[in-house]
Amino acid sequence: MKLAIIDYGAGNLRSVVKAFNFIGEECVVTSDEETIRSCSGIVLPGVGAFREAINKLEAKGLCDILKKEAENGKALFGICLGMQMLFEKSYEFGETEGLGFIKGSVEKIDTAGQNLKIPHIGWNTLELNERSNLFNSIENGSYVYFVHSFAAKTDGKNVSAYTDYGSKVVAAAENKNVMGTQFHPEKSGEVGLKILKNFCNTVRHDNFTCN
Amino acid sequence: MLAKRIIPCLDIKDGKVVKGTNFVGLRDVGDPVEIARRYNEQGADEIVFLDITASHENRGTLLDVIERTASEVFLPVTVGGGIRTTDDIRELLRVGADKISINSAAVKDKTLISKAADMFGSQCVVVAIDVKRVPSKESYNGIFPTDFGTSPEDFHVVIHGGRTDTGINAIEWAKEVERLGAGEILLTSMDTDGVKKGFDLEITKIISDAVSIPVIASGGCGSLDDFYDVFAQTGAAAALAASLFHFGELSVPQVKNYLKEKGIPAR
Repeated sequence: MKLAIIDYGAGNLRSVVKAFNFIGEECVVTSDEETIRSCSGIVLPGVGAFREAINKLEAKGLCDILKKEAENGKALFGICLGMQMLFEKSYEFGETEGLGFIKGSVEKIDTAGQNLKIPHIGWNTLELNERSNLFNSIENGSYVYFVHSFAAKTDGKNVSAYTDYGSKVVAAAENKNVMGTQFHPEKSGEVGLKILKNFCNTVRHDNFTCN
Repeated sequence: MLAKRIIPCLDIKDGKVVKGTNFVGLRDVGDPVEIARRYNEQGADEIVFLDITASHENRGTLLDVIERTASEVFLPVTVGGGIRTTDDIRELLRVGADKISINSAAVKDKTLISKAADMFGSQCVVVAIDVKRVPSKESYNGIFPTDFGTSPEDFHVVIHGGRTDTGINAIEWAKEVERLGAGEILLTSMDTDGVKKGFDLEITKIISDAVSIPVIASGGCGSLDDFYDVFAQTGAAAALAASLFHFGELSVPQVKNYLKEKGIPAR
């Protein structure tokens, strides 16, 4: 099994690659359609701003490729900004259309009037939806590493984990073969590596969570 | 609930950790990668590498250290020291650093902060601010200060390890770096650094209240209560320590257990 790590010229892909390699998975950093098609699963990393990232994906023709692959049922895993791009739109610096795999939008974190620091940086706890295969054998309340100022707003049925930052913030979302984490599993120590392993297992066995 | 972060800092010279270490059974006592791995096992929340190599020629060794660390330690890694340009930053991020910390170079050219934030995102830009109290005007008798100031105007940004007073007001500078796009502030008080009598609670509180980005407190911790105090009495999001951990006076799990006992959220 091989994973395609999508390279669209944004962010540091190295730590994602190293984390997958560390758990014994083969991956290739690519933006090439043939290569992506030949892989069993796709990982969409990303840091930075939403619009710029979507524009870069678009410029390389990757939006269409990702849509095609996801519609064919291939597993797609977004990390941080990569997860946000899976939604329909974002309101970061004006409204921008996303990939639309999961219903919902990306908005500034709602700290519910509490005096909390933005960006939300650091280790926060997961409140898990137990049906999610991504969190198999992960304990409720496990800590994972977040760095973000915007977060997804979506129907509860798409949410596989929340975290608490003033309000309930979406920490992970999924829609069948498309899933993502707002936090960085590749920076979340043992827990994060376990989540990456779970993703690889769902790719291997095609056992996606039913919403 | 967001945990308060405990961050060990490793001073590195020519690719080796310079301060002593208490870890037993290391194959190479000075290997930063092995020490970072130990800190990871102990539950450190992040690792900071501070490169104190005087010359730029040996940059390759540092890059190698970062790259090897990124292959086996899956925690956020921040690298500071000797960063002058966006090319320096790009190189560090490329080999696997998650954040970079800039200090003097940001003071000399503040556009470095905004350029770095635009190019790589605010999430990876940590601005290190070293502060020092200066004698308050009222107390200055013309020869010696009789009292060091405690009003907000009396905290200055210093560079070159505290040897040069820039005359810049530290609180205003903190607000400025936030406006320019810094994602975090690493605040070191040169008055308390190395003294081991506790973090500088006063300036840490003033600055963490003045900005909306997270502030990492640094300089001066010597006991478990010092960690508790900085989290209980200021808005600091994280606390950084170097020699305290390296020399084994305290361990990361000790600090975390103590914080948890006292009701401070820790991982």
